[in-house]
Amino acid sequence: MSTPHVLLGLLAGGTKHGYELKRAHDERLPQARPLAYGQVYATLGRLVRDGLVMPAGQERLAGPDRTAYALTEEGRTALDRWLSAVEPPMPHVNSTLFAKVTVALLVADVDRARAYLIAQRRAHTDRLRELTALKTATSSTMDDVVAADYAIAHLDADLRWLHTTLDRVADWHREVHP
Amino acid sequence: MTQLQARGLVKSYGPTPALHGITLDVAEGEIVAVTGPSGCGKSTLLHCLAGILRPDAGEVVWRDQRIDTWPEAARSRLRRTEFGVLFQFGQLVAELTAAENVALPLLLAGTGRRAARTAALTWLDRFGVAELADVRPGEMSGGQQQRCATARALVTEPRVLFADEPTGALDTLTGEQVLTQLVRLAREQRTTVVLITHEPRIAAYADREIVLRDGVIDHTGLGLDASLAGGAR
Ligand SMILES: Nc1ncnc2c1ncn2[C@@H]1O[C@H](COP(=O)(O)OP(=O)(O)OP(=O)(O)O)[C@@H](O)[C@H]1O
Ligand SMILES: [Mg+2]
Repeated sequence: MSTPHVLLGLLAGGTKHGYELKRAHDERLPQARPLAYGQVYATLGRLVRDGLVMPAGQERLAGPDRTAYALTEEGRTALDRWLSAVEPPMPHVNSTLFAKVTVALLVADVDRARAYLIAQRRAHTDRLRELTALKTATSSTMDDVVAADYAIAHLDADLRWLHTTLDRVADWHREVHP
Repeated sequence: MTQLQARGLVKSYGPTPALHGITLDVAEGEIVAVTGPSGCGKSTLLHCLAGILRPDAGEVVWRDQRIDTWPEAARSRLRRTEFGVLFQFGQLVAELTAAENVALPLLLAGTGRRAARTAALTWLDRFGVAELADVRPGEMSGGQQQRCATARALVTEPRVLFADEPTGALDTLTGEQVLTQLVRLAREQRTTVVLITHEPRIAAYADREIVLRDGVIDHTGLGLDASLAGGAR
C-alpha cells in the first residue's frame, strides 16, 4: 500500500498532527496493519523534504510531535496524479501461496503439495468465516464492511484457486516429474 | 440437541450412484453449509434429509423420529409445518401475488386468511419487498422473486430450513443481502439451516462446512470435526 499517498489524502481535508494522521489512517482502513508512529513521522519527513507537505505551525512548544502538517500545491497535484493512475492489474503472479505449492511439487511429491493446499484451504476458510462474521455484525460500520468485502473477495478467489489446483495437482506433478 | 441426523445414507438413480453412505449430525440452531463439486450429491443429500427422496439404505432422523420410513403424506405434512425448503429459482406460484405466495404455507397449515396475510406482509417487509405484496412473480426481477421465496420458506418459522443454492442466481450484493437477512432471522428463531452452495464466500456464513466428494464426506475438508461428521464409510 502507498502510505505516502494515503497520508496526502488524509491531509487533503485540512491540517493534521502526526497522531491525528495515525488515528485517521487506522479508522479509515480498519483491516490494514495499524500505522506505527515512527512510520508516520518518517513518511512526513520525506513528504516535507519533497515539498508535498509543509509544517503548518506548532500548537505548543512541546516538541516535534505537536507539529501540524498541511498539503502543498505540489502535494495536491501528486495526490491527483496518484488517484487518476490506474493500477496495473496483476502484472506478475508473485504470490507466496502459489510459489509454495510450486516448490512443494519440485522438492517433494504430490502428497506434500496436497497437504499444503489442504492446510492453506483450512486457514483461508477460517479467515473467511471470521471476516464474514465481522462484516455482518450489527455494529459494523461501512468502513468495516468495505474493508471486509475486499479481503473476502480475494480470499474467495484464492479458495477457488486452491480447490482447482487440488484437482489438478496429480496431473501437474506428472508434468514436473516426467 | 440434535435436530437432524443422517446415518449411512445411500442413494442411486438407477445405475448412477449419488450417495455412498453419508453420516452426519446437525444440532438445533446450527447452520451447516454443504459444498463440493458439481454432481457430488449435494442436492440428493438435501432431498433425502428433507424427506423429498427416500434413500435406498440408511436412516434420516429428525428429533428422535426416523422419518425416511414415513409414508409420503406424513413427510409432506412435515415439509409444510416443520421444514422449509428453498431452491435456486424461487419456484413461486405464477398465478399468485407475492403476499398470496408467502401466505400459502400458512393457509395449508390451517392458519386463517387474515392472520396469514398479516404474517406474509411482515415477512415480505423483512426481506425488503413489502411493496411487491400485490405483484405477481412474472412482473418481478429474479432477485425480488428470490426474496419472496425466502420469505415464504421462513413464514412458518420452520425448525429446519433446507436451501439449495438459494443465492446461486443472484448478483453478489443481492445474494449477500438475502443471505445476511436469512441467517439473521434463522439465528433469531433458532432455525437449523442446511445450506448448499459451491461458493466459499457463501459457505462462510455457516457455522460449519461439510465437503462432499463423489457421494461421501471428504474428511480432508474444512476444519471438519470427525465426531460431528460421523464416519462416512
Ligand atoms: N433425477 C436424477 N436422475 C438420474 N440421475 C440423477 C438425478 N439427479 C441427480 N442425478 C445424478 O446423481 C449424482 C448427484 O447429483 P446431485 O444433483 O445430487 O449433485 P449436486 O452435488 O447437487 O450437483 P450440482 O452442484 O451440479 O447441483 C450426479 O451424478 C447426477 O447426475
Ligand atoms: Mg445440486
